[in-house]
Amino acid sequence: MSPLSNQAARVLSMLRTMQIIREFEEAAGRASYGGEVRGSVHQYVGQEAIAVGVCANLRPTDYISSNHRGHGHSIAKGADPIAMMKELYGKADGTCGGKGGSMHIADFSIGMLGANGVVADGATIAVGAAQAIKVLKQDRVAVAFFGDGAINRGPLMEALNWAKIYSLPMLFVCEHNGYAATTRTADVTAGGGFVARARSFGIEGEEVDGNDLLAVDAATERIVARLRAGGGPGFLFATTYRHHPHNTRDTGNYRTRDEIERWTAADKDPIARTVAWLLAQGVSKAEIAGIESEAKALIESAVAAARAAPLPEPAAAFTDVQDIGAPR
Amino acid sequence: MTMELTYAEAARLALDQEMERDPRVWALGEDLGPEGGLAGQYKGLQAKFGPDRIVDTPISESMIMAAGVGAAVAGTRPVVELRFADFAMCAADETVNQAAKIRYMFNGQARVPLVARQAVGMRGGTAAQHSQSTEAWWVHIPGLVVAMPATPRDNHGLLRAAIRCDDPVIYLEHKALWNIKGPVDPDAEPVALGKADRVTRGDDLTLVTWSGMRLECAKAAEALAKQGIGVELIDLRTLWPWDRDMVLDSVARTGRLLIAQEAVKIGGFGAEIAAEAAEALWDKLRAPIRRLGAPRTPVPFSLPLEDACRVTPEQIVSTATEMVASRS
Repeated sequence: MSPLSNQAARVLSMLRTMQIIREFEEAAGRASYGGEVRGSVHQYVGQEAIAVGVCANLRPTDYISSNHRGHGHSIAKGADPIAMMKELYGKADGTCGGKGGSMHIADFSIGMLGANGVVADGATIAVGAAQAIKVLKQDRVAVAFFGDGAINRGPLMEALNWAKIYSLPMLFVCEHNGYAATTRTADVTAGGGFVARARSFGIEGEEVDGNDLLAVDAATERIVARLRAGGGPGFLFATTYRHHPHNTRDTGNYRTRDEIERWTAADKDPIARTVAWLLAQGVSKAEIAGIESEAKALIESAVAAARAAPLPEPAAAFTDVQDIGAPR
Repeated sequence: MTMELTYAEAARLALDQEMERDPRVWALGEDLGPEGGLAGQYKGLQAKFGPDRIVDTPISESMIMAAGVGAAVAGTRPVVELRFADFAMCAADETVNQAAKIRYMFNGQARVPLVARQAVGMRGGTAAQHSQSTEAWWVHIPGLVVAMPATPRDNHGLLRAAIRCDDPVIYLEHKALWNIKGPVDPDAEPVALGKADRVTRGDDLTLVTWSGMRLECAKAAEALAKQGIGVELIDLRTLWPWDRDMVLDSVARTGRLLIAQEAVKIGGFGAEIAAEAAEALWDKLRAPIRRLGAPRTPVPFSLPLEDACRVTPEQIVSTATEMVASRS
């Protein structure tokens, strides 16, 4: 077999991350439906190419912020899936010691500023981080991942204006999966949607098929290069689809079977498409199968570790509230 | 060397000194540059430190606060100017759901060292949306520190302490105090957050207050002294955490506690002090605890209407006199 091209090797590595995200999300969903994980879980299945394609162009010192559907972004930025799974299980050595749970995963050591339970708030916070980059004269960029549900929140409009007037190194990534929770975004959005709104602030960007990993990767590479060169903010508008309901408490019965089947088919699914591309590049089926089984094994071990890990001591509920005036 | 400064000038000096001391300190908000803030409390600082450290912003309260949050977790120490406390409600989500909770939700991975400055109180005819005293709202939120300086010295000392604090500080300056003068020692140590100021000593009654009401209470204490009633006047300076030790020690000695606040009495912070004192000292009380505060009405515009909502020195004197007359 001829040696892989640089691009094929890069895509193979990205496939590995996508596969880990998918296995993580399916396992998290099972654990939520099965009652092992409290609260609800918002699965990222079907949208993996966006987190992975974007984060492949970031450095550990760059910042990302996320939303309620944040597991994929965290893993793509480099967070440890085992610590994350422990967090979902509410365990003491989870990423946030069991205080955050699924919707509040964060890993500041790799620039992951947090998933966020309030729609659009991750984006405004990332803009603040971008402003800190400017104040501290650092060579970094900040990226916000948000869904199409966020585009009708006022603070996101404030954030777009803000990033532009201060010319911040800020990338807005809108993951358009068509739904704001259970409502069709198109039914509640006037005008030209996110892209028209971003452009009306003078922010340039690209529209991509968010299920096309190579397209996301290439577009992000171009936009981030412009950000790093001091070109001001940019956007990436990525069309995609979530295979599962809004969260594990949502029936998802507002979507037609036909719609779901169309989007989960091999010609739409971002992992199946990436695999097809790699096979065409000469990557062997065995290698692909190896990546799949490695991801499965990793997540199985994460679940086993999460189940076995100790719960936090109740006293931990009272730490890290604040330095002075802490609970007594 | 001590100098005579206004309350606004004292705050300006404090920010100037902290920005000199620490390059991570910066300020953002509406009308800070040429205008120098509502009361000149930022006057000349943009010329000195440049537009990237004294940042004029659009009227975008959500984004102003979120920028502070994002920039705080990304290594800076922002001073967030929200002008009127009434307008800070436009940034309540960013304050309550983000600034106050990030350290906790993420298990101490990040701190949010920001100061959110908001002008409170009646200044004479600014009516319902520019006159509120909102301190109790913020005290209720775990994670926040709440400071309310009443003198030029304390505005200088507390603002520096707030900027050096690693947790978010809600910093409430009273509009009626901007132009009052008092001694300020530029070289004094910052005023410790959580420590009250014993304004007068007395054995007959403990009078607890904060912010603009300190002036009314001082007048009342003077009048009461002429009647032979010794008032121990305590200005809390910080509401969360409040100086429980100083207040309870005083009440244990005087046996009488009167709390005077400008804010609405119902559900106000005075109720918390009264409850704590009653729980801890019921057997030492020589009269029922009393509270004075505004009626539960919006602040009206016309002078007689506004006056009807004010706590006056006369009311404080008559209430204190009644309490001492009921001497057991």
